[in-house]
Amino acid sequence: MGNQQVIESVNVNFSRTDVPRMDVGDTVSVHCRIIEGQKERIQVFQGVLIGRAGRGVSEMITVRRVVEDHGVERIFPLLSPKVAQIDVVRRGDARRAKLYYLRDRAGKSRRLRDRRRGMKHVAGLPIGEMPSPVPASSGESKGDAKKK
Amino acid sequence: MGVSLLGTKIGMTRTFTSDGASVPVTVLRLGPCVVTQIRDSEKDGYSAVQIGFGEVKARNSSIPLIGHDAKAGSSPRRHHREFRVSPEEAAKFTLGQELTVKDFEGATYVDVIGTSKGKGFQGVMKRYHFKGMFASHGTERKHRSPGSIGGLCSNRGYGGGLKKGKRMAGRMGDERVTVRSLDVVRIDAENGLMLVKGAVPGANRGVVMVRGAVRLNRSKARKLGGKK
Repeated sequence: MGNQQVIESVNVNFSRTDVPRMDVGDTVSVHCRIIEGQKERIQVFQGVLIGRAGRGVSEMITVRRVVEDHGVERIFPLLSPKVAQIDVVRRGDARRAKLYYLRDRAGKSRRLRDRRRGMKHVAGLPIGEMPSPVPASSGESKGDAKKK
Repeated sequence: MGVSLLGTKIGMTRTFTSDGASVPVTVLRLGPCVVTQIRDSEKDGYSAVQIGFGEVKARNSSIPLIGHDAKAGSSPRRHHREFRVSPEEAAKFTLGQELTVKDFEGATYVDVIGTSKGKGFQGVMKRYHFKGMFASHGTERKHRSPGSIGGLCSNRGYGGGLKKGKRMAGRMGDERVTVRSLDVVRIDAENGLMLVKGAVPGANRGVVMVRGAVRLNRSKARKLGGKK
């Protein structure tokens, strides 16, 4: 076993399967466990995923949201036990790996397009999946285009 | 406990505690080591245990060393180290005995000894953390220099010359470094792995020696005292 495999094997028990497929530009909500004394509660932090870094057990995601005109960025270790759950709320279209330019944006320009580049993806669908059966009207138009 | 083990540094990663804190850890693969010689105070003037670690092809070893290892019933070993034990403890070891990471089970803190990465010829700012000279205020071409190296000193004597051991530029790194009182995060006896908290000297794949913590710093000693 090579060194890298040993290191990965050390952290096997931290791998988790409930992390959804998500890409930079998506809006995600991160449910984090917060322990106050004896009580534990879940706090949800929802914002745009502006970057991913690291891999394996060290993978971190940067989530940015704007609260009362103040940008707030939180960096979560993806596999931390403190992260209870991650949901993808909306798929966004990003053309780069790190969306740091969003920090300089204000107002409407802060929004990202829905991901439906080339009609291959329909909003709300997981990225890897094929789109659901094409609605009749668009299907016809597609067929027409091919014929022509 | 009094056991030391040889092993290799695998690399660094992180783990999480049950309450979610991230812990930086170094993965070490320790042993199996073989007791190749037991020094006793009558014959050798001190009592210690010598261990061998790592396989080496016989043709890459030397005849005396092969014979030395064979005396302990062991195949040729690449690395040999000794660790001191009291005569009573030395009696507990037998020649050819195999030592594994299991012998560290229950240990809370360990010391790790390794050879630091070589840095080559370095100036005093990097090597000894000198402050250097001003960046401006008229400083020219002396920004990283050590400044004055003279001055009065007790062992200078007459006729000038510098104090012995004056810190100057030179070779840095590639020397024995001990990191004391590292937390043992986990021991995986099955795979011979030990996870210690924090960094360990040397490059990945470098040989390290691990011993039970010899002298704890105050906060860790207190922690351990509280546990008992």
